[in-house]
Amino acid sequence: MSLLEINGLTRRFGGLIAVNDFNIEIGEHELVALIGPNGAGKTTVFNLISGFYQPSEGSIRLNGKDTKGLRPHQVTALGVARTFQGIRLWSEMTVLDNIRIAQHYRLGYSLLDSFLRTKNYMLREKAIDDIAWKLLEAMDLKDCANELPRNLPYGVQRRVEIARAMSVKPSLLLLDEPAAGLNSADVEGLIKLVRWIYDTFPVTIWMIEHQMTVVMSLCSRIKVVDFGTTIADGTPEEIQSNPTVIKAYLGDDTI
Amino acid sequence: MQKHTFTIGLFALIALIVALSQLNILDQYYTSVIMFMGVNVMLASSLNLVNGYMGEFSCGHGGFMCVGAYVSSLCTVLMFSKNQILGAPLLPPQLAFIGFPIALMVGAGAAAVAGLVVAIPSFKTRGDYLAIITLAANYIIISAINNMEIVGGPRGFMGMSATDRAMSGVIDLPWMLIFVLLGSVFTVWLLRRFVTSTLGKGVPAICQDEIAAEIMSVDTNRMKLIAFMLSSGLAGLAGGLYAHVLGYVNPQSFDIMRSTEVMVMVYLGGMGSLSGAAIAAVSYTVLMEALRFLDVWKWVVIPLLLILLMQFRPEGIMGNKELSDLFPKLRKYYSFK
Repeated sequence: MSLLEINGLTRRFGGLIAVNDFNIEIGEHELVALIGPNGAGKTTVFNLISGFYQPSEGSIRLNGKDTKGLRPHQVTALGVARTFQGIRLWSEMTVLDNIRIAQHYRLGYSLLDSFLRTKNYMLREKAIDDIAWKLLEAMDLKDCANELPRNLPYGVQRRVEIARAMSVKPSLLLLDEPAAGLNSADVEGLIKLVRWIYDTFPVTIWMIEHQMTVVMSLCSRIKVVDFGTTIADGTPEEIQSNPTVIKAYLGDDTI
Repeated sequence: MQKHTFTIGLFALIALIVALSQLNILDQYYTSVIMFMGVNVMLASSLNLVNGYMGEFSCGHGGFMCVGAYVSSLCTVLMFSKNQILGAPLLPPQLAFIGFPIALMVGAGAAAVAGLVVAIPSFKTRGDYLAIITLAANYIIISAINNMEIVGGPRGFMGMSATDRAMSGVIDLPWMLIFVLLGSVFTVWLLRRFVTSTLGKGVPAICQDEIAAEIMSVDTNRMKLIAFMLSSGLAGLAGGLYAHVLGYVNPQSFDIMRSTEVMVMVYLGGMGSLSGAAIAAVSYTVLMEALRFLDVWKWVVIPLLLILLMQFRPEGIMGNKELSDLFPKLRKYYSFK
């Protein structure tokens, strides 16, 4: 059984068809890219998977379970974490808190426990803390644990956002343009980080990315969309020489 | 031992105030000012959960206070005093020590349920639109009470001082003062425990980026429900104490003016700071009393002070910091475990 199975996914906004009959099957522990020109509907696909939008037609299955009607936090609890195109950290809370809060779905204690500070509460908070610190250490963010995200450089904020997504313990990690706005040194760091995450955790990574260096050096499989429709699917080599893809990006020479 | 310095100090202070009041060193006037301070601390810190931590603009806090005041008053009048409509007291005065806290809890519970009127719309609405809903909730509650003959309608409701008398009759102590002080400590303690837990941190997460919160597994509807119900429930507790301090309530004392007053305290203290809310509530009460000689001009001077504050320190006295953030050494003297 595949991890993620999308069949005939369509999403309309009024008369606009943002995503049209989108199909994909992604297995466990894969590194896949979703590319396409601006406005092709890539982020909409991610928003549909994370439950932020409901599909107009078609189905999304996670480990065989249909996610129809689930709210975003319920989808996340099934093991889907994501980052955002523009960074969306909680900017007035410390990096450590950002990573703690993303474990909300498995707090394991009730409101009453938090009032009474029961043994269960103390144990769970300790566990949440341990996971957060381990992640910060592993992702080289330990020094800024008590900083506010808005005081950190852009590249570090990206790393924090990925760390926050990883604290969900996802089986599917969706990265929405992780290299956007990064300088070349940071891009290199990002490639290493994603590779490290892929090698360390049992996670499938699916990324939207415009920078081909990132896509080509990381992903074993690429899906190309344009105007909401899939126009190609294959290995990096196949995509590079695919005439439809070239046409979508560079335009047609017939006028 | 050092860890408990703060707790011991706090309870020593309460004991001192109670003793001074008992020995009449603090006269009736000062005692009642201290009691209003306590009630204001409860109101300001509970509203801070919604307006400060969650970043919503609730301007109907007086309404929830009203629910708590009337429901708990009804309970105690039914139990401990003679009333034309409700009849003779049901319980002997000795039971007031159990009956009164239970009545307060019932009032707080009713106010928390009334909080649903705002909590449920908040799932879909926020910002200005939710502010209008809170305003409407305030009006609904006041109008409902105005039209209820059993609690006296616009004339108000009385008979709550029988509870105080019942308790003082058994053991002669300023019981209302004790209950108000313990109530305000309880309120701040409860809120503090909530907002420092990872569960409670979901509330400011909603304030700072609601979409990110929902997608990073925070059940935003549940958090809003908890925040609104906790906030209005504690306002109800404050209302219950207020009613029993005065011994008389009328619907007008819980209208939009009261809600505004609480809001002023929250913005004065700093949004998202519990120590700020407490400091602001205390200093606001003191200011109100100190400027009493100005008579009606008080209402010119106090808003003017507010304008100046917003001009020169818009984040309030404490900003979103706590006292322990400004003076880290204080951390040695208390523990929150």
